[in-house]
Amino acid sequence: MSSNHILEARNLVKRFGDFEAVKGIDVAIDRGESFGFLGPNGAGKTSTMRMISAVSTATEGTIEILGLDPRTDGPEIRSRLGIVPQEDSLELELSVRLNLEMYGRYFDLPRRVIRERADELLEFAQLTERANDKVDNLSGGMKRRLTIARGLINRPEILILDEPTTGLDPQARHLLWDRLYRLKREGVTLIITTHYMDEAEQLCDRLVVMDRGTIVAEGAPRALIERFSTREVVELRFASDDHEQYFERLVPFAERVEVLPDRILLYVHDGDEALSEVHAAGIVASSALVRRSSLEDVFLHLTGRTLAD
Amino acid sequence: MTTTNANTVGWPRWLRSWWYHAMFFAQTWRGTLASSILFPILYLAALGVGVGHLVSAHTGLVEGQTYLHYIAPSILATTAMQLGEGESLWPVLASVKWIRTYHAAAATPLEPSDIFAGKILFVASRAFATGILYTIIIACFGALQSWWSLTLPLIATLLALSFSAPLVAYAARCETDASFTTLYRFAIVPMFLFSATFYPVAAYPGYLRPVVQFIPLYHGVALVRAAAFGQGSLGSILAHLAVLVVMVVAGVLWGLTTMRRRLTD
Repeated sequence: MSSNHILEARNLVKRFGDFEAVKGIDVAIDRGESFGFLGPNGAGKTSTMRMISAVSTATEGTIEILGLDPRTDGPEIRSRLGIVPQEDSLELELSVRLNLEMYGRYFDLPRRVIRERADELLEFAQLTERANDKVDNLSGGMKRRLTIARGLINRPEILILDEPTTGLDPQARHLLWDRLYRLKREGVTLIITTHYMDEAEQLCDRLVVMDRGTIVAEGAPRALIERFSTREVVELRFASDDHEQYFERLVPFAERVEVLPDRILLYVHDGDEALSEVHAAGIVASSALVRRSSLEDVFLHLTGRTLAD
Repeated sequence: MTTTNANTVGWPRWLRSWWYHAMFFAQTWRGTLASSILFPILYLAALGVGVGHLVSAHTGLVEGQTYLHYIAPSILATTAMQLGEGESLWPVLASVKWIRTYHAAAATPLEPSDIFAGKILFVASRAFATGILYTIIIACFGALQSWWSLTLPLIATLLALSFSAPLVAYAARCETDASFTTLYRFAIVPMFLFSATFYPVAAYPGYLRPVVQFIPLYHGVALVRAAAFGQGSLGSILAHLAVLVVMVVAGVLWGLTTMRRRLTD
């Protein structure tokens, strides 16, 4: 192996007919790292994940996972990966425990090993008491935790999670994050896609920002924010619908001004100070909020769009 | 420490897929009891005994058999067809599209070809088991007259596969189940009715008789009858077998392609 990366992809392309979902990206991930793909829906995250999971084949480019080539060693690679797809894909008619045990057989694990691990994983996913319930009767958060537990039945070296917390309530998300921290501490390499900024900031050591099939930035969350945004942001809302008219007037007060449909963002070093200057100039907003810069601002800066678009 | 590969059983991948399907069936089989066991017996009772009474009163024997004996083997054939069809349309679309459990399987060491092989081998196993059960039931109705009857479970298996393989292949490339109902109404049900299932081909007007040759189930019905009564020429038996084998082979080749495309694109 030419590098000490646990996963390395070069010039990765995925085309579906005429549509190019991934347009030649390069990614290198180290062992033990938690690495994120951040971007809006349709950015090419899932297509990328499916390729680096050794599930879908790349149209062009090369991938090396655990030193192996997915084109020739797919089964061997997948036996050492844990994959948590965007949709839970659980057997709804079967019990929680059977979902784990039957999946374990796909990895050719002996019954005894599967039983031990199922017990551990039920505990890990806080589903021990629901072990014999039908999956259909679980809440969304429980199903998600079960899907993650299922992805861990083979004790993977890399856990790949596609949108792990989409659709979960805040409490369920925090519980899931906590489980992922634990795995990270145990040395599992995590690869995560998300369109939640806070999730990326919380979980990822390093991430790439994807937009329309390309990588537009790469780095640690804090470093990206420092590089592409200011320390603080003032969010102003006005009673009038015509936010554009305020643009010219606000430019002198900030390093950069972004006009969104529902609010105006001022990128500044000191939010409180900028806000009082704006007030002193007689510009009256119906509401004002000072916050720290986030990855959302990085994304907005790089792509001119919000993630919700 | 991770010891992922140190501890494995050594099963080939297709067998793991077969086992998964079998385990799933073992958990949910009660729901299939009516269609795979009760209905065929009801058909035999209603048609074989009921209609059979009328037939024997008016026409006497059908191709040398009482009416009950004449249709008993063909109920095995239609059951095998329906088993092959029932396992292959909705369950497969659910696995690739709605619940996506085949995608979950494709994220393990299994390849799409393993998933496909496990599926149709499971259908084969189920058809074989049903075939044995059925052969016993038909024997109880006194309809078996030849040692060739022992091949009935194998014929049932081949027949189920000849429907299952192409239908799994087809379902694996579908986005909705809209076409399934059409397929059921305009292909499966007519085959059930018109494959010389309940009366000999001779009952058709002459110009229709060659058309029957194009109905896949007809060849299955002809084979089970040949086995049950120990009749038929070697040439015609080989011809019927060949039709079913071609359907299986074509279905498998098509299925390997559609399953791969569905799960790896």
